[in-house]
Amino acid sequence: MSNLVFKPAHELVQLLKSGEVTSVELTQAFLDRIAQFNGEVNAYLHVSAESALATAADVDRRRAAGEALPDLAGLPIAVKDNLTTTDAPTTSGSKILEGWVPQYDATVVAKLRAQLMPILGKTNLDEFAMGSSTEYSAFGPSHNPWDLDRIPGGSGGGSSSAVAAFLAPIAIGSDTGGSIRYPASVTGTVGIKPTYGAVSRYGLIALASSLDQIGPVSRNVLDSALLQDAIAGYDKHDSTSLPNSLGSMTEAASRKDVKGLRIGVIKQLQGEGFQDGVLNRFNEALEDLKAAGAQIVEVDCPSFEYAIAAYYLILPAEASSNLAKFDSVRFGLRVTPEGNPTIERVMAATREAGFGPEVKRRIILGTYALSSGYYDAYYGSAQKVRTLIQRDFAAAFAKADVLVSPTAPTTAFKIGEKNEDPLAMYLNDVATIPANLAGIPGISLPIGTADEDNLPVGIQFLAPAMEDSRLYHVGAVLESILEAKWGKTMMDFAPKLENLVKGAN
Amino acid sequence: MSEITPDLVRHLAGLARIQVTDAEVAQFTEQLSLIVDSVATVKAAVQGDVPATSHPIPMANVFREDVVEPSLTQVEALSGAPDSADGRFRVHAILDEE
Repeated sequence: MSNLVFKPAHELVQLLKSGEVTSVELTQAFLDRIAQFNGEVNAYLHVSAESALATAADVDRRRAAGEALPDLAGLPIAVKDNLTTTDAPTTSGSKILEGWVPQYDATVVAKLRAQLMPILGKTNLDEFAMGSSTEYSAFGPSHNPWDLDRIPGGSGGGSSSAVAAFLAPIAIGSDTGGSIRYPASVTGTVGIKPTYGAVSRYGLIALASSLDQIGPVSRNVLDSALLQDAIAGYDKHDSTSLPNSLGSMTEAASRKDVKGLRIGVIKQLQGEGFQDGVLNRFNEALEDLKAAGAQIVEVDCPSFEYAIAAYYLILPAEASSNLAKFDSVRFGLRVTPEGNPTIERVMAATREAGFGPEVKRRIILGTYALSSGYYDAYYGSAQKVRTLIQRDFAAAFAKADVLVSPTAPTTAFKIGEKNEDPLAMYLNDVATIPANLAGIPGISLPIGTADEDNLPVGIQFLAPAMEDSRLYHVGAVLESILEAKWGKTMMDFAPKLENLVKGAN
Repeated sequence: MSEITPDLVRHLAGLARIQVTDAEVAQFTEQLSLIVDSVATVKAAVQGDVPATSHPIPMANVFREDVVEPSLTQVEALSGAPDSADGRFRVHAILDEE
């Protein structure tokens, strides 16, 4: 097995540029490892070996000819399967879209192609990104490379497990309530939800349009910065796309100190319900930042108490509307009942067969929240809570440059532990949801393992809208402090997949 | 106590065009009752006059230039359809015969 797969993306970029490694060699190394381990991890729903190698060969040929190439040319990447791709099926983890090959590329996918990045394949997710474990995928759960019996987080558990298992150097995720940050937290990887509108959503199969945001998944902060710089920017195909540039994240990730940076600890996101080992690592990280010259202050966000409730009204409401397009007419599955059925009966039978239980629950809940007589009490109130949460953030950011909390209350749980209890599942996202409701950016990065189970713990930083660079700055500094303390990187704590798989056999 | 009943679940599933089995109705009634009781806390969260937020970063009048751009061909647009005929999506009868 080539050692190339274990190198950070930013090092691979340099090796490609200097010609020490070819893109074909690198892409093949990842394809080999995928062939060896994807059966156990189930990170990929589809592997695009042929087109990835074709892109790689094109890069190598053009580089050999002396052509000036984009920064990330030749670096392979994995893409979450809710982004449309013209050369690979796009299922969004659902039977209703099984085998569908879209007629257009998502803007982010087009940008990856413009960077000449070989796309290794499409990664697993909870059906239509509804979930926090990938257990709601119609194609089986992904497995956490730290312990294959545990969940890799969700909805983007395919991207997080691909990156944590070295089945990709870097990946694309999407975050509606924590679907990038929560998987990062439980797999010891890095994930960023950019400011709402910073990255085009065109071609992202919508879950909740006012909350969805595409972002990078990686094993270190700089790699995510390189990727955000490559995928961000205005897109006329997305009416919510931000017209202004947010600056260079790569530059922000190269900053070295946090002297004088004010870090606000969110009072409501610690203590009760949070695992001891999570809080221990979290408090140590705060001490490390303080020792590096940051000012730690406490901030009060009383409306966060209602964030999950508001989210589980707004999200189902928007999802019930977005998923109405799966109607057995234009794409995807059609199930025809016996006899001479009307189109309504065909639709109902198709959606019965094509959607899994969590999707049905949320569509029914959203239909309820939007129905007349209940609209004001539920959906209307939830939208007002959204305003209160934005006000809490505004007050907190008057006292602090960035806010901080553990990314999740606990480390990775066992597959099967919560999937019959939707409410317990919803609590995994308690710390990540407020950022989506307010549209602000957030990062999760690893801060070590919990003493009680040796599983990864993540810390979350949040910044005001458009200030994504602050996250890369503080994230990169904390990462370098921790790596200096440990004398190794976070992934060096992880068991070798080779040994786990051998153990399982 | 939640207002979610089996009949309401059946009605909502009908509005959402999802056929449901009796077993699903029983399961969803129980689960949605718990979820609705839990999210109902938003009703008490807001005192006084608070405006609603529908969108995290407000934008208004977002238009593009009114010029013709490339779009899907008819063949491409129909390529993912379960059934088509004569360049159109083909569907079952809209109305019952009765």
